[in-house]
Amino acid sequence: MSVRRAPSARPSPDHGPSALWTPSRRALLAGAAAAAAGPLLAACGSSSGGSGGGGSSSKTVTLGSNGSDAVPKKAYAALWAAAGKSTGDTLKVNVKQHENFQNQINSYLQGTPDDVFTWFAGYRMQFFAKQGLASPIDDVWQTIGSHFTPAIQALSKGLDGKYYFVPLYYYPWAIWYRKSVFKQHGYTIPANWDQFTALLKKMKGDGLVPLAFGNQNQWPVMGTFDQINFRLNGYQFHVDLMHGKESWTDARVKKTFDMWASIMPYHQQGAAGRKTEDATGFVRDKKAGMIVAGAGTAVQQFTTDPAALADLDFFPFPEITPQWGMDTVEAPCDGFMMSKSPKNKTGATKVLEFFGSPAGEKAYLDLDSSELAAAKDFDNAKNTALQKKEAALITGAKNLTQFMDRDGNPTFVSTVMIPALADFVRSPNTFAATKLSNIEAQKKSIYASS
Amino acid sequence: MTARVHRLTKRDKVVVAVMAGIPTLLALCLVWLPAIASIVLSFTNWTGVGGLSTITFDGVDNYKQLFSINPQFWPAVEHNLIWLAALLLVGTPLGMFLAYQLDKKIRLTKFYQTAFFLPVVVSTAVIGFVWKLVYDPDNGLINSLFHTNKPGDYLDWIGSPHLNLWAVLVAAIWRHAGYLMVLYLAGLKSVDPSLKEAAALDGAGGWQAFRHVVFPVLKPINIVVLVVTIIEALRAFDIVWVFNKGAQGTELLSILITQNIVGEASRIGYGSAIAVVLMVISLGAIIPYLWVTFRRERREGNGR
Repeated sequence: MSVRRAPSARPSPDHGPSALWTPSRRALLAGAAAAAAGPLLAACGSSSGGSGGGGSSSKTVTLGSNGSDAVPKKAYAALWAAAGKSTGDTLKVNVKQHENFQNQINSYLQGTPDDVFTWFAGYRMQFFAKQGLASPIDDVWQTIGSHFTPAIQALSKGLDGKYYFVPLYYYPWAIWYRKSVFKQHGYTIPANWDQFTALLKKMKGDGLVPLAFGNQNQWPVMGTFDQINFRLNGYQFHVDLMHGKESWTDARVKKTFDMWASIMPYHQQGAAGRKTEDATGFVRDKKAGMIVAGAGTAVQQFTTDPAALADLDFFPFPEITPQWGMDTVEAPCDGFMMSKSPKNKTGATKVLEFFGSPAGEKAYLDLDSSELAAAKDFDNAKNTALQKKEAALITGAKNLTQFMDRDGNPTFVSTVMIPALADFVRSPNTFAATKLSNIEAQKKSIYASS
Repeated sequence: MTARVHRLTKRDKVVVAVMAGIPTLLALCLVWLPAIASIVLSFTNWTGVGGLSTITFDGVDNYKQLFSINPQFWPAVEHNLIWLAALLLVGTPLGMFLAYQLDKKIRLTKFYQTAFFLPVVVSTAVIGFVWKLVYDPDNGLINSLFHTNKPGDYLDWIGSPHLNLWAVLVAAIWRHAGYLMVLYLAGLKSVDPSLKEAAALDGAGGWQAFRHVVFPVLKPINIVVLVVTIIEALRAFDIVWVFNKGAQGTELLSILITQNIVGEASRIGYGSAIAVVLMVISLGAIIPYLWVTFRRERREGNGR
């Protein structure tokens, strides 16, 4: 434990635009412009500060972490300790509040970033690799490559084909329910869309909220879009849409929204004011039948009640187009990257090799049981039945998607899709006909410029 | 002119240079440079990644997109103006009313003053959080009291675009009224009690005394209040950010700026364009005020 600096949940004040942007500042414009100038200053700093890389004799590896929530914080602490013991280096860890870490990543990476930092697989990683803000780590992968399946290997590569990412864990998105509720009402697991909509109708008739729903955090709703879209239109179309290659005015996208609109009446009312965690509570309390959610969110709400946790189960999002079946699973993967010019490259490489080893994954997962090890040879004997089922779902998938905000351009998703999807949730029936051309127009300008 | 300069000693010159120079320098660095940088950046396209060489100029493209295809922009302008109107037409009279009542020697006046002033001392982010608990759709105070958290008659104070702006404005007005109450209380202290007594002797009722005696004396305070209110309305940000992050129905220009500039990947130019629009609106509110003030001063100066 001595390796770990006392973590602070507060964002450190020395990085980037969000830090400079204090909302209560008097001059709003000055603040906005200062925010604009932040990356400028950071950019200046990096040219002089980042040159000390390579064969530094320092035995310290610095690490930037977004693991500020209680459970990940403890699990990461165990991981740092294990890594320090295994490599003999001292790990200096800088923990930032989860969402602040993401919001400041841009200026953080351009300033004086830590040698290694926590990040996400998918386009969200490729985006920063493409900007030259991360180091390729093919040498790390020569050591750890054999631990991972081809699907995970693909997720860890940049657009240039080099490795930039070391995966730690992932978790699947699915539809969660309580076995006892299904048993009590005689429900069966829906295998396709027709059975699914019939089940929704039945649940409503039985006085249950068919689909618990919370979108106050504004991103969870993306999971439903992603899953309907790749079930209906296939993995390739979905990924091309996310990468800006397909048009949002395409009839296939409209169909996705139309299908979603058709089940919207079965979603819980008041989603915009409810956190997705609280929505899961309705399933736990047997007031709602099901919820579309990631494993972490679903399990977390049940951990306080072991009996309920034992009763929790899930099924994959039902088939829509038989051609695609259920070949794709949304399984966001979290892990690590190396900044562009680490001060202690040798040490950072060793640490990353440890993070990508089964021993590293074990150190973390022993304390955070809501996630699944990304390594295929991880000893999962200790996993619960539910986790084994989750793992089987992911390893059985032909394709893995990350999540809209990890597969798509981050600017586009945060400034266009978040408000657009919130708009859809409120007026589902008029959305597809009127708003898609606007999304496409905004997409074109954003993808063209970044 | 030259004669006067010659009379200054070297030390005087240094003092003048320091006293005038430091504020000028601060204003230049912290206000003018960022403002001008914002205007310049608003005609560019920049992701914020890479040095200045990665900035490309693309004319008025940002503005064109903002005015034509951004579905959040015009609602945000509208909401900022509604915010201003609500603070001016509801918050200000309410603050004045509270001050006028508490200025009378009623019992427990210190207690009431403290109670009404409390929200001003508390950070606006905390206010947003507290009201969020009150408005929570499932377990909030209001929906629990009125049983409006059942399917069918669900009142979504935070999410529904028909309700959320008004809900958050209640919180903003609550705070603003307390702020103005204190300003007006200070102003009322300067009203000579003999004026009020004279009005009472002449048979003026409460309203008449207020309208013809007290209100005119408060004029200097009213100007301060107007400026404070305009600033508060245009910089409105934190309550909404905490309340629902500016979801549909509560979009504000300040929030759009933040969303476009602060974040994983930013559109610095686009966000700057929104900032420039906000600046133009601020100028539109402040310039008429300055114009009137300066004209009056000039007139009074000539009269002497």
